[in-house]
Amino acid sequence: MTRAASVADIPQLEKICSQVRRDIVRMVHAVQSGHPGGSLGCTEFFTALYFNVLKHDAQVFDMDGRGQDIFFLSNGHISPVFYSVLARSGYFPVAELATFRKLNTRLQGHPTTHEGLPGVRMASGSLGQGLSVGIGAALAKKLNGDKQLVYTLHGDGELQEGQIWEAAMFAAAKKVDNLISTIDSNGRQIDGDTDKVLPLGDLDAKWRAFGWDVLHMNGNDMTDVLRGLADAKGRTGKGKPVMIIMRTEMGQGVDFMVGSHEWHGIAPNDEQLAKALGQLPETLGDY
Amino acid sequence: MTSTTYPVLDNKDTRSGFGAGLLEAGKKNDQVVALCADLTGSLKMDAFAKQFPERFVQVGVAEANMMGIAAGLTIGGKIPFTGTFANFSTGRVYDQIRQSIAYAGKNVKICASHAGLTLGEDGATHQILEDIGLMKMLPGMTVIVPCDYNQTKAATIAIAEHEGPVYLRFGRPKWPVFTAADRPFTIGKADVMSEGSDVTIFACGHLVWKAVKAVEELATQGISAELINVHTIKPLDEEAVLKSVYKTGCAVSCEEHNMIGGLGESIASVLTRRLPKPLELVAVQDSFGESGTPDQLLKKYGLDTPDVVAAAKKVMARK
Repeated sequence: MTRAASVADIPQLEKICSQVRRDIVRMVHAVQSGHPGGSLGCTEFFTALYFNVLKHDAQVFDMDGRGQDIFFLSNGHISPVFYSVLARSGYFPVAELATFRKLNTRLQGHPTTHEGLPGVRMASGSLGQGLSVGIGAALAKKLNGDKQLVYTLHGDGELQEGQIWEAAMFAAAKKVDNLISTIDSNGRQIDGDTDKVLPLGDLDAKWRAFGWDVLHMNGNDMTDVLRGLADAKGRTGKGKPVMIIMRTEMGQGVDFMVGSHEWHGIAPNDEQLAKALGQLPETLGDY
Repeated sequence: MTSTTYPVLDNKDTRSGFGAGLLEAGKKNDQVVALCADLTGSLKMDAFAKQFPERFVQVGVAEANMMGIAAGLTIGGKIPFTGTFANFSTGRVYDQIRQSIAYAGKNVKICASHAGLTLGEDGATHQILEDIGLMKMLPGMTVIVPCDYNQTKAATIAIAEHEGPVYLRFGRPKWPVFTAADRPFTIGKADVMSEGSDVTIFACGHLVWKAVKAVEELATQGISAELINVHTIKPLDEEAVLKSVYKTGCAVSCEEHNMIGGLGESIASVLTRRLPKPLELVAVQDSFGESGTPDQLLKKYGLDTPDVVAAAKKVMARK
């Protein structure tokens, strides 16, 4: 089986990140809609996952993913980073990023299986559903004797959805230990800081209390992302689901976007795009 | 497969037909898995759980999570059957079904017991009368409402072999078994139970039995009624509907569901578009249910045999 290129060299992964961030702001700018903030914040995570951590095969994508690691994006609104990384790792032509959110595209506003985009195994957008889906896929892997892992990503605001906690209770109780979930802990949601909208409390204590093995990493530091994901992988198969609480900054990589909820779902104008691209070297060639 | 009479072969709940069908589907295909939200006994899933413990998932009282897990299990080739009451299988988890199952095109079988008024004494919180409508509105969803134990068992086996999301609706009370165990069941193909020339009666679920009795009563009054068991609400067998109404010139629909969103509305849509003929709906008149015995409730809400007979005469007068 061929595999997507595994790029362990940190400077090389950081170069990919720069290109992915260019893709994100260009995609969102082109249609003047979409969600750049969370996408930019999760760029290191996606790049590390698809170019280093996952065992996957972009060339022969199938829904079942037997013998492969599989990933579910639960907070589907950060589709720009997902699409960019899928394209850059070979799931579909990079040129197709230009169709993002346009009529007849496979790159719908929120990811879906409905249009048959390779790399996507579940529709997401309505929040709180992806953890349950990941658990189901992990149970299927166990039934199939498949030793590979299931990964999920969630927003921190998304944790306000009740279904997340149904799934949290289930995964620990049923020892779903082939699952690595990550929370994008950027402290922001649409209406403002999570601490103001609905404080999440002590997430570390909450997930531990639910019976998960919890670790932390800095999601905007490639070295720490690789360390955290390797640590998480080492904790699988030990009777507990694994949760990574990943600190990130919304809008990371673009100075006027970083750290503010304002760029959750706002597109840059022409001038802002130029300014953003000036901060993000073109490393792999724009689409 | 038409007949003039349908003797009562037995008296069994349709949910037991589901339980028996699930066990058989599990024996035929080791990809079949089952999930239940703390209602294993009520859904008659015990036999499956006992025989295939590794393929049975007790989710607890967490229906939203159950729907998501079921969707995830399809990724890896499993054929998940979810089991809980109809209210908790649909209204409670509509968005989970819509996004993670229907829009995502996942091969999940949503199996729902205790539907309709015949749930009885538990009352309106549990007597969902809107579920057929909710589910038939979802693109790609197949909606099946079998009439008795034997047909529910046959339908359960059939949906395991059908690729795509399915909603299977059945009920709680013991009910006459009147279709033969070997009667063919084909998803999407309406079953002509008896032929007639004056009026067509379309029915689904428990009300097929009420319609059988109505056909007998109408015959004693010299009225020839054709009875069609529309076990598949979606995709609707439009040709069967048109063929019959072309012959009889009028129709009655019967269902244990709100008149809005159910079988009657689907029949009305076909007739309005393709063969405008009078139709009367035997259904709940846009209200919630209440506590009572199944028989009392069917009488009070106008879903009993005399109501079907009256509707047939009324619609014939409108021809």
